[in-house]
Amino acid sequence: MTERPAVGPPARTRLRAAGLTLPLVAFVGFSFLFPLGTMLSRSVYDPLVADALPETLALLEEWDGETLPGEPVFAAAARELETALEGRLAGRLGGRVNRVASGMRSVIVRGARAAAEAPAATARETLMVGDPAWGEPATWRAIRTAGERFTVRHYLRALDLDRDAGGSIVRQPEELRIYVPLLLRTLMVSGAVTLLCLLLGYPIAHLIANAPPRRARWLILLVLVPFWTSLLVRTTAWIVLLQTHGVVNSLLVALGIVADDGRIAMIYNMTGTLVAMTHVLLPFMVLPLYSVMRTIPSHFMRAASSLGANRRQSFFRVYWPLTLPGTAAGSLLVFILAIGYYITPALVGGSSGQLFSNMIAFHMQTSLNWGLAAALGGILFVVVGALYVVYDRLVGASSLKLG
Amino acid sequence: MREPGRTRRAPRALAALGLAAGIACAGDPPDGSLTAVSWGGSFARAVNKAFYEPFEAATGVVIGREDYNGGLAQIRTQVDIGNVHWDVLSLEIFDTIRGCDEGLLERIPKDILAPSLDGAPPEDDFSPGTLTECGVGHTFYSTIYAYHPDRFPGEKPATIADFFDLERFPGRRGMRRSPLVNLEFALLADGVPPGEVYAALDTQEGLRRAFRKLDTIRDQVVWWEAGAQPPQMLADAEVVMSTAYNGRIFNAQALENQPFVIVWDGQVLDWGQMAIVAGSPNLDTALEYIRFMTSPESLARLTGYIAYAPVRRSALPLVSTHVETGADMRPHLPTSPENLRNTLRSNGAWWTEHLDEMNERFSAWLARS
Repeated sequence: MTERPAVGPPARTRLRAAGLTLPLVAFVGFSFLFPLGTMLSRSVYDPLVADALPETLALLEEWDGETLPGEPVFAAAARELETALEGRLAGRLGGRVNRVASGMRSVIVRGARAAAEAPAATARETLMVGDPAWGEPATWRAIRTAGERFTVRHYLRALDLDRDAGGSIVRQPEELRIYVPLLLRTLMVSGAVTLLCLLLGYPIAHLIANAPPRRARWLILLVLVPFWTSLLVRTTAWIVLLQTHGVVNSLLVALGIVADDGRIAMIYNMTGTLVAMTHVLLPFMVLPLYSVMRTIPSHFMRAASSLGANRRQSFFRVYWPLTLPGTAAGSLLVFILAIGYYITPALVGGSSGQLFSNMIAFHMQTSLNWGLAAALGGILFVVVGALYVVYDRLVGASSLKLG
Repeated sequence: MREPGRTRRAPRALAALGLAAGIACAGDPPDGSLTAVSWGGSFARAVNKAFYEPFEAATGVVIGREDYNGGLAQIRTQVDIGNVHWDVLSLEIFDTIRGCDEGLLERIPKDILAPSLDGAPPEDDFSPGTLTECGVGHTFYSTIYAYHPDRFPGEKPATIADFFDLERFPGRRGMRRSPLVNLEFALLADGVPPGEVYAALDTQEGLRRAFRKLDTIRDQVVWWEAGAQPPQMLADAEVVMSTAYNGRIFNAQALENQPFVIVWDGQVLDWGQMAIVAGSPNLDTALEYIRFMTSPESLARLTGYIAYAPVRRSALPLVSTHVETGADMRPHLPTSPENLRNTLRSNGAWWTEHLDEMNERFSAWLARS
């Protein structure tokens, strides 16, 4: 009989083992880090205007921002706009400046068209034939702002801030503040959903963990089947159940609990959002809880009772602390998923169904303002990261039990 | 583990990946094919009957049918990647202007248009403003509001102001989750004459006035996003009245025997545009298709399937009856003289400029609780 030397496998084997993870590393890099990085870079880097109007912007650097720029600036702008028009870039250029100051799209496009036709003697008159707004310093200020290659303006807007004419950072007027209140509401909804999931999921997980194996298998199937069902099907099912003339209301009316003209509004409001989101996210709470509870021997509770603890004491002082890793993992999972949620609230939430992620989707798909979408995504990323750090400090990330 | 909020996007992301990988092996589609994109639902069914099938029969071209929900995002992706697989599509006017300026759409020479029936040049036959650099108008559609008569046994709503009158007509209302048309409705209901609505929206005071009017009903509004939702919500009694596209309400009346009533007062008239995606591999077929579908005969044929009016004057005398029910279509079109009495024509140029800003304001307004 030979003793094994007390060392690990040789370095070559270890290297080979590490090599096995290479496809995963490459996959994560290609499918996650790379797109994430390019997307986030859009939130601070926007070269389109800077590339299209280099000379104009260079000349504008010496401009005071108050009076109208001189003829050389107009001439450079006219020349570069004409080039942009030929490359069919004028519209995109206008779109970018329009984001800085609404109404600039047509000013830029008309200016470019006028420059191509050159109807007047000086460049200044030419552009002003295209659109009189070229005679206003505000137009040039907007171009100068849109021309920043590296910019924080997307983040400013994502935080409901703006720069005034003097360049100092101020809050937006109240009717334009949107993203911060929305973020707060999203956090609030996510918190409420997490709490509801915990209240509903904890007893379910306990029931499954302590059931005989055969019955436990069936119970876990009941948790998993909705989890495997299409999200849209589940959401639509809630519409059928909760609408004014839906199943629940009709049942209540038939039982005489509510009057026919007093049917309860349970959908297209915050109630609908909470009910549907809690249902969709419940498995993410139950599964980690179940996996932790299964490992708690049942004689712990009996031991607590035999030492004189009543049922409440034995639950709060023995059982509950032992389930904390599962509780924390489930809550973190549900909360983070809820923050990024948008389809379900949009369908069942009415005017309260607008959450932070809806705005990201909106700017990605409809307004095509990817810089702003990236900044909003960046903020969400930071919020989730901060939550994780807080969690790590409080509970310790290594104790996470994800099921 | 899937993140539920992303599931809808996953197929698109996969498709994009597939596209990127497939560029090398995907050659041009065979001759005689065309991918046409429309808006889904009853509109797509009407377009299929009135345009696609006759065009295929006449030319032998095979049309690939796709649907989308508007916007320029998908077109931009195709053009930017350099793999254009859509050829012709129907767009809203402000997206047509924007897409044209940004080089996402082909310019359409107007000499390809089919001649009018009264001998006028096509430029005079099309309603003013419906021909743009990259777009050819096809049908007028209108946003109206409709109600279910059973919910109002006594007095019935009759004007756009009644839509905002919670005292006389209580109950929840459906509205599109968008500033489009809603801002106009609010000002019309507040007594601004149609001719002054966009001038008012150009001022901060006018904008505030519009939002203040919306404030008066916001607690009672159920927001819809797809054109198919309002008839459903009316039928389910989820709302007592709802803004809607007139064609969708007509279809519910004609095909599902719903007793909905359309209030034409204050209707906001819009028109669809046909356009060609820049770099379309089937440019000639696409132009031929647009010539075919915007001919007076084709546009009149569409009215046999849905209550959207031709933008060509010389097509109007050809409008006859609904194919399935035999109903006379003329009184159901948004452009019929009775329905036109208090009408606002949507200003696409204004929306091209202000859509982004209005969307932000509208979202801010919606988010305020």
